[in-house]
Amino acid sequence: MALQIFTYILHKGGAADDTALELVTAARATDPNASVTAVVVGSGNHLDAVCNEMAASFATVWKIDNEALSHADGEVVRALLVRVLPKGNIVLVPHEHFGMDLAPGMSIKLNAAYLPDVVSFEGIADGKLNAVREEYSGMVSTHVSCDISNGAVITVRPGSFKADMHQGELGEVIDKTTEALAEGLPPGGRRFVEIIEAEAGEVDITKSDVLVSVGRGIEDEENIEIINELAEVIGADVSCSRPIVDAKWLEKSRQVGTSGQTVRPKVYMALGISGSFQHLGGIKGAPFMVAINKNSKAPIFQVADVGVVADILDFVPALTDKIKEMKG
Amino acid sequence: MEILVCVKRVPDTAENEIEVNSDGSDIERDDLVYSVNEWDNYAVEEAIQIRDKVGGSVTVVSIGDEEAEEVLRREMAMGADKGIHLSDPAFEGSDGRGIAGILKAEVEKNNYDLILTGVQADDGAGQVGGMLAAMMDWPFASLVDFVEVVDDKTLKVGREIAGGNQEINEIDLPCVLSIQTGINEPRYVGIRGIRKVSSIEIPVHGALDLGIAPESVGRMGAKVKRIDYFVPDLGKGAEILEGNSDEILEKLIEVLKSKGGIK
Repeated sequence: MALQIFTYILHKGGAADDTALELVTAARATDPNASVTAVVVGSGNHLDAVCNEMAASFATVWKIDNEALSHADGEVVRALLVRVLPKGNIVLVPHEHFGMDLAPGMSIKLNAAYLPDVVSFEGIADGKLNAVREEYSGMVSTHVSCDISNGAVITVRPGSFKADMHQGELGEVIDKTTEALAEGLPPGGRRFVEIIEAEAGEVDITKSDVLVSVGRGIEDEENIEIINELAEVIGADVSCSRPIVDAKWLEKSRQVGTSGQTVRPKVYMALGISGSFQHLGGIKGAPFMVAINKNSKAPIFQVADVGVVADILDFVPALTDKIKEMKG
Repeated sequence: MEILVCVKRVPDTAENEIEVNSDGSDIERDDLVYSVNEWDNYAVEEAIQIRDKVGGSVTVVSIGDEEAEEVLRREMAMGADKGIHLSDPAFEGSDGRGIAGILKAEVEKNNYDLILTGVQADDGAGQVGGMLAAMMDWPFASLVDFVEVVDDKTLKVGREIAGGNQEINEIDLPCVLSIQTGINEPRYVGIRGIRKVSSIEIPVHGALDLGIAPESVGRMGAKVKRIDYFVPDLGKGAEILEGNSDEILEKLIEVLKSKGGIK
C-alpha cells in the first residue's frame, strides 16, 4: 500500500494558517505518490470553515470537533491523534510553538522516527527519507537520513516550502470525532488559562518605513546608544533581534522575529545580527536589506542586498558621523 | 522540589565562526570555544530560583565525553547541588530519541518532581524534552518563559507563542518543561566559583549502570542519521561593499539614499 502522509493544519479564527498550504508542497516533496490527508482539530463553525477551505487543497480532510478543543494544547491533541492515526506513516507538523509541543512526544507514542525542523526533502530510497536541516543557527546545513520503516513524525520549518495555491481538489471531509473521543477526552495534565497579549511599546515598529535593527554584535548595553544615534540622523526607528531583548537592553515590542513583531519596512538595516530563521521570519514585504556584521559567514549575508563585513562598534559611529557631515 | 536540569556542552556560536571541514564529515573543531548551551543555562538559573523559593535540590545532568564534566562544574558553580555525568562510547551518535532514552533511564533512578531542558541546542531540533516527557507519561510544555510554583502538585507556566504573546497554562507535577532564553538573568560564574566545586564528586554512569542495551542507543540505535555537513548555495547573496573605509561609507550612504533609507 502506498505511503500515507498526514499534515497537521494550524488555524485561527476560522482561517487556516499560512503553513497549511506549505504542507501541501512539503507532502508532495516527501513522496509524490503518497495519499495526503489534512488533519484539523478544533470546534464548531470555525473548524468547519477551515475543513472546507482545506478540502480544496487535500484529497481527504479529517475533522475532530469538540468544544473542549477550541483552546486545545499539544498534550490533548497528541493523545487524540495517537488514537486515530494509523502507525507506520508520515505525519507533517509545522515547526512552531504548537508543533514543538505536539510533535516530539507524538513520535514516541507512535513509535515512529522524529525528524525535526526540515527545510527541504530529497526523496525516499531504501526505506530512508533524505532531508536537509540546519544547525548552529543556520551557519551550516546537514543532509540527514531518516529510517521511516516504522513511520516518522516530521516538523517542517514555516516558510521553507512554497504555498500550493492550486486549490483544485474536491476533497472529502471525514468526521473522526467519534473515533478520537471514544474513550472520552484525554486526562489533561495541562490546562489552558489565558493568553496574555503583547504589550504595546513606545514605538510601533510594524509601521516603520526604515528600521535600524541591532543584534548580539553590539556586545554591551551602553553601546546601544550608537544605534540610537544612527537611527536619529537617518530618521529610522530602532528594532532588534532576540538576544537584545533577552538581555533586557531593549523592550520586547522592538523585537523582530517569529516570537516578536512582524515588520514590513522599505529599508532594513541588520547591524550585528547573524540572521537566524526565527529573526528573518519576522521580516516581510521584501525590504531592501543592508547587513553589517564582522563575521563574513553570517547567514544574514545570504539574504541581504548589500553587506559590509565590519565590526558595528567601529563602523556605525563612522557612518553616523559621515551622514551628519553630508547633511551639514 | 527535586529538579533535574539537562545540559549540553556545545560550540559557542557567539564566539565562533562555524565552518564545514574539508570532507564535510564534521564542522571544523580545532580552536572552537565550547560552553554550556545558552538555553540550558537559563534552565539551570530557573531551577536554582525555584529551589531557593520552595526548597529542595537541583541536579544537573549531561550526556557526553569527559569534557562534558566542565559544563556540569560550571552549572554547579552557579548553584546546582549535584551533577551526574552520563558517558559511554555506546552513546555516541545517538539521535534525539536515543538521548531521551538515556535520560529516562537516569531519571527513573530517582524521584524528580520537575525536569527542565533548554528549548533547543546546537542542532536546533528542540526534541529531547518532549520525547522524555512522552516516555515518562508526564505532561510537557515547550518554550516556557515564565514559571510560578502554585503548590506541591501544580505549576503555572507561560509559553512564548507568536507575535510576542504569552500562553498561560497550569501543569501538573511531575512534568517536563523546555525553557526559553530571556526567562531570567542567569547569574555570572567566576573562576573562583568553579574552583569551589572542583572537588565535588560527579558520578559517571554508563550504559551498563543504566541498564541500557548498547545497540538501542548511539549510532546503532539511531533512526535519524546525519550524512554530512555543507554550506547551501543560496544564490548570489549580498553585494559586499569593498574598498577603504571611506569608500565603503560613501557607497553605503549612496545606496541607502537611493532606496529611501535616509530621510
